[in-house]
Amino acid sequence: MSLIAIFLGAVFVHNIILSQFLGCCPFLGVSSRLETAKGMGMAVIFVVFMASLITWLLYHFVLVPMGLQYLYTLSFILVIASLVQLVEMALKKLNPALYKSLGIFLPLITTNCAVLGVAVINMNKGYGLISSMVNAVGASVGFLLALILMAGLRERIDASDTMPRCMRGLPIALVTASLMAVAFMGFAGLI
Amino acid sequence: MASFIERIRGGLAKENPVFVQAIGLCPTLAVTTSAVNGLGMGVAATAVLMGSNVVISMLRRFIPNQIRIPAFIVVIAGFVTIIQFLVSAYAPVLDKSLGIFIPLIVVNCIILARAEAFAFKNGVIPSLFDGIGMGLGFTVALMILGSIREIIGAGTLFGFHVLPGYVQPALVMILAPGGFLTMGLIMGFLNYRRDLARRRRPGGTDLIDADSDADRLEKQTACAGCQICSVLRTEDDGR
Repeated sequence: MSLIAIFLGAVFVHNIILSQFLGCCPFLGVSSRLETAKGMGMAVIFVVFMASLITWLLYHFVLVPMGLQYLYTLSFILVIASLVQLVEMALKKLNPALYKSLGIFLPLITTNCAVLGVAVINMNKGYGLISSMVNAVGASVGFLLALILMAGLRERIDASDTMPRCMRGLPIALVTASLMAVAFMGFAGLI
Repeated sequence: MASFIERIRGGLAKENPVFVQAIGLCPTLAVTTSAVNGLGMGVAATAVLMGSNVVISMLRRFIPNQIRIPAFIVVIAGFVTIIQFLVSAYAPVLDKSLGIFIPLIVVNCIILARAEAFAFKNGVIPSLFDGIGMGLGFTVALMILGSIREIIGAGTLFGFHVLPGYVQPALVMILAPGGFLTMGLIMGFLNYRRDLARRRRPGGTDLIDADSDADRLEKQTACAGCQICSVLRTEDDGR
């Protein structure tokens, strides 16, 4: 039961973009077309899941026993960066079709604060392995949800001719995101 | 000396990382719930930026080109850890309100972008001043955003009451939606000002000029400034 609460909380209540502001750069950068948004969202789900798993194991089996918890920033980011590189290389060799659709987004994810952010949140909240995984999947599904909603809205906004020139592009995307965040605040009573 | 002042002025206005280049948006939007938080985050990021710029510039002859990005990340993460300790020791309140965003300075595109675009190609002293300029630009932008949100959302500025008592503060401005809204409106306003200045210039009204400007606005995305992704891509293609 509490796992369901963690999942729903991560998707809706503490939505990683709209209430925690993690991963704003790809959210605004790749949300202008629906297809791209889908690809990016899928890649993020995969990488966030893998990164949370590895960083949880690293923290609890290497850093804690050796008393090196203060090195978590350094070790997490190194592990995530090399993981992304590894995944990219493996994908290229094993599944070129999937690489074509997801691969271009992988380098973008290395410096995405959502990945490191979810790992650090799992650590701060003291989640166990299963809870961490559920939280990671929930957070990245929330990312996908926000990204796809945003892309759908932006495709329509871009078609409008009446938009004042100074608000086109990024400014109106930010205002749209603000209204979406208001809507997501409505989920606060869910849990 | 003049070129150093030029670097600082560039960071503050012409190449302002937040308002002009639109990079490092996550911490910008997340921590600017009050002017003090904005200032604290700005100072922390500036310290990391200065340190990493200087060290990367010193090591630029020793770091092989192929593994420079991981090397940058290690240097930056080291400085972030130092700052994390300093903040939690000397400003525990700030540590609590910035929370997760202090370790996340390590993935702030501004710092990686400056290492790649400037420190790796220039000497130690110019890199230091570049760090100061960019850091100041980031700090000022965060303080402007934080002040606006704090005044409207809480009726205070740096903790002092500035709105008369009968004005009800709009709480939503210091919650998540207010961050997106304030940033969007400020960027829209800056674009409007730029358009206006262009139109006032003699001969600035011709249609081609206006069209290319609209194109630029359409293409303006949050990722435009950092270019790390394109760097990683070209490296990969070369392999």
